[in-house]
Amino acid sequence: MYAVFIIYPLYRQFNISFYDWHIFPGASNPGVGLTNFREMFKDPNVRTAAVNTLLFVVITVPIQIVLGLAAAAILTDRLPGRGLLRGLIFIPVVTSWVVVAYIFAYIFAEQGGLANAFLSLFTSHPVHTDWLAHRWTGEAVIWIVSIWKGIGWSFIMFLAALDVVPRTLLEASRVDGAREGRVWRHVVLPSIRPTMAFVLVLLLIGASQVWIQVFLLTGGGPYGSTQVLLGVAYQQAFSFFNFSYAAAIASVMAVVVLVFSVVQMRLLRRGEVK
Amino acid sequence: MSGLQLGAEPKTARASRRARRRDEGSHEPSLFGVRTWTKTRLALACLFAAVAVFPLLYMVSLSFQPTNDIFTTHPTLIPSHPTTSNYVQAWTENDFSRFFFNSMGVALLTVVVTVVFASLAAFAFARYEFPCKELIFYLFLAALAVPSVDLIIPQYILMARLHLTNSLPGLVLIYTSENLPFSIFLLRGFFEAIPKELEESFRLEGARSLRVLTGLIAPLSVPALAVVAVFTFNFAWEEFVVASTLIDKSTRLTLPIGLNSFIGEHTTSWGPLFAGSMFATIPSILVYVISQRWFKRGVSVGGIR
Repeated sequence: MYAVFIIYPLYRQFNISFYDWHIFPGASNPGVGLTNFREMFKDPNVRTAAVNTLLFVVITVPIQIVLGLAAAAILTDRLPGRGLLRGLIFIPVVTSWVVVAYIFAYIFAEQGGLANAFLSLFTSHPVHTDWLAHRWTGEAVIWIVSIWKGIGWSFIMFLAALDVVPRTLLEASRVDGAREGRVWRHVVLPSIRPTMAFVLVLLLIGASQVWIQVFLLTGGGPYGSTQVLLGVAYQQAFSFFNFSYAAAIASVMAVVVLVFSVVQMRLLRRGEVK
Repeated sequence: MSGLQLGAEPKTARASRRARRRDEGSHEPSLFGVRTWTKTRLALACLFAAVAVFPLLYMVSLSFQPTNDIFTTHPTLIPSHPTTSNYVQAWTENDFSRFFFNSMGVALLTVVVTVVFASLAAFAFARYEFPCKELIFYLFLAALAVPSVDLIIPQYILMARLHLTNSLPGLVLIYTSENLPFSIFLLRGFFEAIPKELEESFRLEGARSLRVLTGLIAPLSVPALAVVAVFTFNFAWEEFVVASTLIDKSTRLTLPIGLNSFIGEHTTSWGPLFAGSMFATIPSILVYVISQRWFKRGVSVGGIR
């Protein structure tokens, strides 16, 4: 008992010191005031990064949800080899980002990469695209890798939710003559709504924080054209030692994400009540 | 949440499930109406699994190919001249084995510290009343929503002031603090599901609080503790950003950073790189496979309700 109450506050202090710190550095320097924030909105690098981050969210989140849900729907009911197939689909999630980035960097390499070799099968002359050296092909690789690694997570969440969809309800609506499309829209989807909300919010938070894969694959290049917001913040902090400018970017991001996810949770809750 | 059974389970559990299925008969309504679509579903499921696994199998294949073969314009999926020299080179060059053990130490220590502190805190949340209990708990949940990479700048400043940069225990400290919120959240749910009566009879025999935790609650919570351990291990094992920011002394690098040394300015030694990647991947997949059998109960009781 003593151990619990002595160790607990101690460690708690540690914890808070890690978690609350980031909000303050940008604002704690009164001499600077809002300069960092004003500068941020004029910075073309921040603008490019904001566009890339937004695109990343808009493209990868829906695809991860749709494919994750599809895979879960396929593997909920009995199927030969179900356990093994479930396990395999989850494996990309437990593979480290560094390793994943290397594999895909090689697959999309200019020389000897599988992607170019595959595309060459369909064209008369061999394809030599240096995928990671151009903005939009680089973005495409980043999206593909992220979706590939992310499906397993939403898959497992939906799998758990679909498993407990009340089967009697399904049966009842079918007896009433509802077509399968209607059954899904009116029975299955509403009953997995809480999971949907949870997955959506966590994916949105995660996607808006995209960076590690960009850092490892393109390094934000060429010339910052594939850079994302967190990348700009990191670069400002650890390459240019502009800690407070970086903290300003990170703080604005954190606030936007927090407000966004609270609003979203509220909206989804309200939908549930109806 | 339930139904997270993935792959291998203990044989007895599988047999009893099979028996139960037989009892229930096959008239459990399917998600897709009267037809079960077994063949279509199987084909699609295999497609999903193949896409998920293919890049990793490709890595396995590449790790056995001599570098000359890797650089041909006609990539091969099955090594034509299989060799293990990449593995030898990866393990012996660039202090790689040292990075491996650095990472292993950091990951294991993080698991131990996280499990100990998270169970203590979760035990307090689950069984005791204290001022602002719920408020403090919600502060933890809020911490879950704060992305860890956002914290890197203040963490760096903090660690620099504590003189804990270039220190592996320093990494353990940060990894632990980032894993605690989720772990406490999961364990609290699990601990609360354990009947109070059990605890009372245990106390009647004269057990103190800490003894209740170690002798009763913890053994009953193995599935949840296993989930916490796996998530924490993987987090610490593959963490890249914090490690690359805090550590620059070459003897203290962790594995993910160490792998980077195979990427040169102009040439990348892909063969050893992929062999090194295998060393980095095998432990996390192994940990995942071993822990699968606890996943279902671990997540279903403690998870989202």
